[in-house]
Amino acid sequence: MIFEGLSSRLQETFKRLKGRGKLTEKDVKAALREVKLALLEADVNYKVVRDFVKKVQERAVGAEVMESLTPGQHVVKIVRDELTELMGGKAVQLRFESSPPHILMLCGLQGSGKTTTAGKLAKHLQKQGRRPLLVACDIYRPAAIKQLQVVGEKVGIPVFTLGEEDPVVIAKAAKEHALENNNDVIILDTAGRLHIDTELMAELQAIKEAVKVEYTVLVVDAMTGQDAVTVAEEFDQALNIDGVILTKLDGDARGGAALSVRAVTGKPILFGGFGEKTEALEVFHPDRMASRILGMGDVLTLIEKAEANLDQQRAEEMGKRILTAEFTLEDFLEYMAQMRKMGPLDEILQMLPGANKIRGLKNIKVDEKQLKRIEAIIQSMTLEERRRPEIIDGSRRRRIAAGAGVKVQDVNKLLKQFNESKKLMKQLGLLEKKAKKSGFFSLFK
Amino acid sequence: MWGLMEIARVGFFSKLKEGLAKTRNGLVAKIENLFQGQSEITEELYEDLEAILVQADLGVDAALNLVETLRERVKAERIKEARRLTEILKEELKELIGEPGKLAKNPEGPTVVMVVGVNGTGKTTSTGKLAYHLVGEGNKVLLGAADTFRAAAIEQLEIWGERSRASVIKHQMGSDPAAVAYDAVQAGLSRGSDYILIDTAGRLHTQTNLMQELEKIGRVIGRAMPGAPHEILLVIDATTGQNALSQAKLFSKAVPITGIILTKLDGTAKGGIVAAVADTLKVPVKFIGLGEGPDDLKPFDTDSFVEALFERD
Repeated sequence: MIFEGLSSRLQETFKRLKGRGKLTEKDVKAALREVKLALLEADVNYKVVRDFVKKVQERAVGAEVMESLTPGQHVVKIVRDELTELMGGKAVQLRFESSPPHILMLCGLQGSGKTTTAGKLAKHLQKQGRRPLLVACDIYRPAAIKQLQVVGEKVGIPVFTLGEEDPVVIAKAAKEHALENNNDVIILDTAGRLHIDTELMAELQAIKEAVKVEYTVLVVDAMTGQDAVTVAEEFDQALNIDGVILTKLDGDARGGAALSVRAVTGKPILFGGFGEKTEALEVFHPDRMASRILGMGDVLTLIEKAEANLDQQRAEEMGKRILTAEFTLEDFLEYMAQMRKMGPLDEILQMLPGANKIRGLKNIKVDEKQLKRIEAIIQSMTLEERRRPEIIDGSRRRRIAAGAGVKVQDVNKLLKQFNESKKLMKQLGLLEKKAKKSGFFSLFK
Repeated sequence: MWGLMEIARVGFFSKLKEGLAKTRNGLVAKIENLFQGQSEITEELYEDLEAILVQADLGVDAALNLVETLRERVKAERIKEARRLTEILKEELKELIGEPGKLAKNPEGPTVVMVVGVNGTGKTTSTGKLAYHLVGEGNKVLLGAADTFRAAAIEQLEIWGERSRASVIKHQMGSDPAAVAYDAVQAGLSRGSDYILIDTAGRLHTQTNLMQELEKIGRVIGRAMPGAPHEILLVIDATTGQNALSQAKLFSKAVPITGIILTKLDGTAKGGIVAAVADTLKVPVKFIGLGEGPDDLKPFDTDSFVEALFERD
């Protein structure tokens, strides 16, 4: 992380703000200064930041400070609420109203991730019991059609292509094809284009007119900077978009573009893309995005990710154990198996607020091959050894190494790392407890 | 240093409201218009300049630093005319970005160029355009399709190979990219190619295992030909905001970046973050991408880039 999160910054500001009662203009200004910087560093558009902060200032000055909160914390609460509100409040679901086949058109700049998103979206809809059809309307970029075909094959969704025909013709033919083949949702994957390319924008308008497009969805890269505003405005003006999908959220971009896009178009953000796996599309939660933009960690997403892949009880148990010293090698083994579904440990840890404060956490890096080796080592241990690694002496180490097909040093290394991460997890647990006690943590849940 | 920044920040934002009143309806005119009919240097002018820099994606830190330098120079050089502010700012920006760089040329044997970057920045397109450009100059070019991950990336590069009359070395989709790179270098050596361009898969800089893979590709290229790769170009999308800095830092940890290609400058994005990136990595920007046509890769020019940063539509 290049930029410290807002939370660590504001802790500095909080120190200076100890007063009680009504929020004074001075309190508000001091806190909002940090908020402005946080938003700009998260790539929220300059003008959007300015308008937003002005609005918050009006609301915050004179507000009664809640019991148990410092004035600074109260300002942040207001900021977070307003930010969530601005991004649409609650998560929005896709709702198809006309008669099938429902047509959804993806559009956006080059490289924003339309084709990958098309595949994920199709998979998502299929899980909901739909019968989607993917349609290749990018006739310009070399091998774009082939790319969609490969993506379709991977997710097991049919792909309709008509070579390099006019995209309007392709869309019409796809509709016929869908009717004949009982596909109830059509996803049009269109070519990447610049918002100022009037010719190509006219092509999208023509598609929209020719087949009844129910959802025109703009795909936006979460790493987009100040220009997100211009892009979104132009696409919306030309096509009257219905919603936005934000991609590449698995990186470390704070994603201020989400706020910019929402502020200028007023259209909801429907999904977030979190990686290259086909399941990596998630319903967009404005409250979580608000926390992310402000740099406050993303505890809720973490919890939900875990819940989707583990069953509830096990998730809770594991969560508790991870944060205490009771974590055993057996848990570790199970955890690793689950982790493949959840994503890499370093990414998960980054979602925890306060995690950036723990020294050594940044150095935890996990790679897949090593994971397999670790699994082999643990599997070569007896149950007793997994529960009580301290009993593993020299001869046990040799046996385990032989069983796993690794060197004794690898076993030593694993045991050492395990002990270290145990310590780290314990620290994290303490941190969370402390945060809860101060009431700060609960604010952002 | 940090203290100074904090002070600058306070100054920046306390006046934000009044200072930006004039930009409320969009920055319509060119920056020069700001100074017309106004000869005195006011606080407002500094703030307007900061706003312009931030809106060009230079980043808050770089913008504040630049304007701070500007203030110091105005004081030290006893500058009185508002008009001169932009000149000085442009000078400072050019200094920050540095001279543009030329593509490396290995005097003995083929020059190996590796193209890297996050997903969707335009690596394959840039590699293809670079091949076209080099073939046009009379070079014999070989392409290595080391993006074995993204669906149809190999086919995409093959089409560019046909367009630019460069041959393509490829394996199956999903195969080891380092092996492809190795074969490409071997083939280039035996065929007497002038340039060997290796296209790699897009990867987020935060994905440790993929960054290690990149490191390995670089290593394997070096094994196939000592001294190679001679050039490792990081492709940055001009639409990208602050995250480009994080990309630059983490990519250069994995492989030694020698230059930058800034793509998609034909849109409305200013690509200002490249100033911070070039400054951080201390590597030159070598090319810019201006579209999808084979001719749309141009040598970078610091002067016109800086001029464009200040242009408003």
